[in-house]
Amino acid sequence: MKLIFEKSVHGRKSDLLPACDVPEVEIDAKFARQEPLPLPELCETDISRHYTQLCQRVHGVNCGFYPLGSCTMKYNPRINEEMAALPGFTSIHPLAPAASVKGCREVLDTAKQYLCEIAGMDDMTFQPAAGAHGEFTGVMLIKQYHRARGDLARTKIIVPDSAHGTNPATAAMCGFEVVNIDSAPDGCVDLEALKAVLGPDVAGLMLTNPNTVGIFDENILEITRLVHEAGGLCYYDGANLNAVMGIVRPGDMGFDCIHMNLHKTFSTPHGGGGPGAGAVGCKDFLKEFLPRSVMMEGEGRIQVRMFEGNFLVVVRALAYLKTLGKEGVPEAATNAVLNANYLMRKIQGTFEPAFDRTCMHEFVLDLSEFKKETGVSALDVAKSLIDRGMHPPTMYFPLIVHEALMLEPTETESKETLDEAAQIFRDLFELAHKDPAYMQAAPHHAQIGRPDEVKAARSPILRWEQA
Amino acid sequence: MNFPKELQYAKSHEWVKEADGVAEIGISEFAQDQLGDVVFVNLPQEGDEVVAGEAFGDVESVKAVSDLQSPVSGIVCEVNEALLDAPETLNSDPYGAWIIRVKDVTDREELMDAEAYEAFCAEEG
Repeated sequence: MKLIFEKSVHGRKSDLLPACDVPEVEIDAKFARQEPLPLPELCETDISRHYTQLCQRVHGVNCGFYPLGSCTMKYNPRINEEMAALPGFTSIHPLAPAASVKGCREVLDTAKQYLCEIAGMDDMTFQPAAGAHGEFTGVMLIKQYHRARGDLARTKIIVPDSAHGTNPATAAMCGFEVVNIDSAPDGCVDLEALKAVLGPDVAGLMLTNPNTVGIFDENILEITRLVHEAGGLCYYDGANLNAVMGIVRPGDMGFDCIHMNLHKTFSTPHGGGGPGAGAVGCKDFLKEFLPRSVMMEGEGRIQVRMFEGNFLVVVRALAYLKTLGKEGVPEAATNAVLNANYLMRKIQGTFEPAFDRTCMHEFVLDLSEFKKETGVSALDVAKSLIDRGMHPPTMYFPLIVHEALMLEPTETESKETLDEAAQIFRDLFELAHKDPAYMQAAPHHAQIGRPDEVKAARSPILRWEQA
Repeated sequence: MNFPKELQYAKSHEWVKEADGVAEIGISEFAQDQLGDVVFVNLPQEGDEVVAGEAFGDVESVKAVSDLQSPVSGIVCEVNEALLDAPETLNSDPYGAWIIRVKDVTDREELMDAEAYEAFCAEEG
């Protein structure tokens, strides 16, 4: 398929701009662009077809089941889009006088109030544009807290080995030394391993609960107590919040700050590179360190992004919360957990769960025995699922399970969809025993077969250039 | 799978060849097979200190980034910088593609001979 730039024909137009009704202004030559922008020139028909074709070549949550573990690919209700398209939200400027954007302010304040309630936090910023950006902001709060107290000896952040890769990356980017601790076999924190590394040099702990294998760490109160006792703070990675929102609050688990992925848990679109929102909440004693936007009263402070981040994402999240209501939020979490357990048990007997116990919102299949028997790997199964119209689960993560497939069905899937998915898994299990070679060559019907990931990593082409 | 008799092996799947006070370190064939195609490698510098059981660099495959653990303590005296441009030799020739050479070896992890390591891999694999 050609890029839109390759389809461009010089002089072709589709602009339907109204006649200019303001006086023309001559721009100072030093600010004027010397060459025209290399923008593609197409008529509307071709633009429309181009994006429709792109849409047909991918698999989104509107195309079919998308159980991508740890990504919470829930359906994004259309009402969110309708709200975000209201002109009062779209036809504004971030520097507009406060009196003219009171509605927007109310959206931010209300969303903050609801999300703080869900998180068990006291204050919040919407600036961070994504989860990792939120982590960075949250860990900087921890850093600033210690610094403000003159405690400069705290140079380490503890991260369990089952954590998302962004956790150690965040700690390192914030200038901390990362201390990895081994998890217990179920992915939970090993209390003895934690005690062994705690001390006056520890700034904090980064944790997600439920953890990356979909298990709620029952020692959480003890874990956060131990960290606090040693003078450290606890950071909650909100990646897995969908399992517990409205049911248990990270603040009550003992966490001091948190990021929440509005683009996952609160049903705003994601998966295409944004825009997202990694709202960061914190307890009272940290709020003086939160980044501030110019729209807010008080002293100007450090910003991690302009203004209020991706404002329209917050509008969508608020629409979602308003739709669900106080009762609907925990119900969504409960159904997410129910769906995951239902699917896990339906698949069991063929592909086996890595941990044979009740899971939270996601579960991990361990295909190492299956691979030994059939020669078909987790990757081959994932590729075969594409042929069956399903987005593959997360593969080879968490690292503590070999040949892992990690499934998160979310609450927005019906029993029929889950039954169908389970049947596909069972069929593939059988097929692998009969015709492993066919699966090792999958996908057979996709637009793209197996891209050369090695070549892409070794010699990536990151920018298109005009031939 | 190949487990050369003249090498010693760590539980973290590095091999060691010690001769004339210098320990040559690489990753085993089993390790490269588990990793899949290696696309990047991060190496220490000459003169760096390595500690037995601790990371001295990492390898990145399409699947994941994994620490390289040093089976010995000592001082890095040579680094195979050719791997930076051709990390794939860790896949194609794991026992030829040494990663670092370490001198002044003071300490070692508990290492396995080829036979014990082969059994260890059979259990893990």
